[in-house]
Amino acid sequence: MHTKDINENLPWAQINKDVMRSMMNPRKAYWVAIVVCIAMISCAVAAEIYQYNVGMGPANLNWPHMWDLYIATFIFWIGMSHSGTLLSAILHIIHADWRKPIYRFAEAMTTFSLMTAGIFPIIHIGRLWNMYWVLPYYSDRGIWPNFRSPLVWDAFAISTYLTSSALFLFIGMIPDLAICRDNTTGWRRKLYGILSLGWRGDDRQWRNFRRTYLLMACFLIPLAVSVHSIVSSDFAMSIMPGWHVTTFPPYFVAGALYSGCAAIITLFICLRYFFRLEDYMTTAILVKTCKLTFAIAMVWTYLNLIEFASVWYGHNAVDKELLLSKFNGPYAPYFWLMLFCGSVVPFALAFEKLRTHLPTMMVVSLVLNLGMWLERWMIVTPTLSQGYHPFAFDVMWPSMIQWAIIFGSFGWFGLLFLIFVKVFPCVSMYEVKEMCYHRKREAMGIGHGSTAGGAAGSVPASKSDLEGT
Amino acid sequence: MSKRRVLGLFDGFDPAFAAINDIKAGNVSGVKLDDIEVLSPIEHPDIDEVLEHRKSHVPKFTLLGALTGMTFGFLFLAAAQANFLVQPQGGKPVIPLPSNIVLTYEMLILFGVIFTLIAFLTSARLLRKRNPLYSEQVTVDQVGVEVTLDESDLVGLKESFAKHGVLEVREGAL
Repeated sequence: MHTKDINENLPWAQINKDVMRSMMNPRKAYWVAIVVCIAMISCAVAAEIYQYNVGMGPANLNWPHMWDLYIATFIFWIGMSHSGTLLSAILHIIHADWRKPIYRFAEAMTTFSLMTAGIFPIIHIGRLWNMYWVLPYYSDRGIWPNFRSPLVWDAFAISTYLTSSALFLFIGMIPDLAICRDNTTGWRRKLYGILSLGWRGDDRQWRNFRRTYLLMACFLIPLAVSVHSIVSSDFAMSIMPGWHVTTFPPYFVAGALYSGCAAIITLFICLRYFFRLEDYMTTAILVKTCKLTFAIAMVWTYLNLIEFASVWYGHNAVDKELLLSKFNGPYAPYFWLMLFCGSVVPFALAFEKLRTHLPTMMVVSLVLNLGMWLERWMIVTPTLSQGYHPFAFDVMWPSMIQWAIIFGSFGWFGLLFLIFVKVFPCVSMYEVKEMCYHRKREAMGIGHGSTAGGAAGSVPASKSDLEGT
Repeated sequence: MSKRRVLGLFDGFDPAFAAINDIKAGNVSGVKLDDIEVLSPIEHPDIDEVLEHRKSHVPKFTLLGALTGMTFGFLFLAAAQANFLVQPQGGKPVIPLPSNIVLTYEMLILFGVIFTLIAFLTSARLLRKRNPLYSEQVTVDQVGVEVTLDESDLVGLKESFAKHGVLEVREGAL
């Protein structure tokens, strides 16, 4: 079954109107989602207040479990942030124009995932008021952070990634903010007027915009890879069994892309429903995203197998014991569930009938992300439970405080995301117009440059011709 | 002679490009290619060709930013580590290259991105007072051709615009 990514005959004025309407008038389900998110955040805030007052004991964070679910969830959110900006940048560079209707919310997902991830190290340190110690500032005692530590690299890398991806998101939005400025009133007009920075769409602006966007995309690809490699270094640079693995950086990057792609599918389906964006977030685009997710799922599965094989043939007794313990020890149910969710369920994405069935895809994408969250938990906790010291072997089950805070982080992410898509256009209007324009020209057999050569009269590219109105 | 600014709004790219080609062919006296700007709702790849490949200087700033970030990043870390002698180094070098490369790389990217943004804001002439000739139709579906010219050449330009089916002409003082 072949369907079009988008109906290229959509009139441009209609594109503006549809996207602007979506920002003003979502379905009731949108408001229900907002309430659910606020309720989830409330759970986390209550748990954090309790933990702040009582100390880290209620979170079950004691030696050897100095890290646990907080750091596992931190990695999960960092990973979630990867697909948005990274895929958007890669697809932009290779001119895959089907990204255009969906990249905006994917990039927003990156920014808000990073903002959510950033909360976890702060919560984890317990003494929140000392969090600024990680920053490299000059103190009277001449003490600097240890620049050799991957934890300090994390602080640099994540700050750089957050800044860069937020700027990438913002710059890509400027022409749309100008559209919003010209079509709204009241506080929205003021807000968009400020944020559009005086955009008027002249050739100088477009020319510089195009170069800027491309250059930033080029920066963001290696940056995104470096960020998750650095996060993997938190583990790989230690000598703990199960962590000291050379394949960790690519394994983390593949896992990050995987969870991000799954999240894009979830948010795609939600936004399509909340904002009635069926004409823009089409099943053809969803199918392409699903295929991409399936490919990445297979890479992730392969890297898992490679990791098991390296440990098995490496013959390090402690590493091997840990691996066997994951297979049949106390964490085995979660480990096998992780493999089931991450390696078996994605086969649903290989079937055309399932890929085009939105409720199924919603469930599958949530299950995939459950698998990816379990993956991070299975990286962190079993190693801490079964390290080099047999006297410290134990089994750790997270406390209600930890669960509540983690639960709330999903609410925090959801709330930020939902507010964003209500205030800013979640579909890139100018790029959808470009997509329609170029596809229409392709369909009419008109290539690039045919107009510029002075043969304007022979090219039926007036608005009415190209829009089919 | 006082200078005027004229904005012609067209129903698509082709009539707008045809009007520009008319000017390029010398059919409108007193107007050079540099006096023309095209306002459009999308980024059309042919605009550059019609306007004969005007340049963007953003990449130069990007390179400058990346080099500045790399230099600053490494020097900052090295300077901090050189002041760090109160702490035992455990036989390791005071300024370790492998670990510093990671942070230098991050600074390269951060400064590159920030310089690119600044270059974009200045090169694209953003954050300036909006031109009163601006039409909101440009963000919908019309293409504008804005020309700066002497008042005496105004009639010729308007005739040329009319010949190519201009929808609306706006004019103002420069």
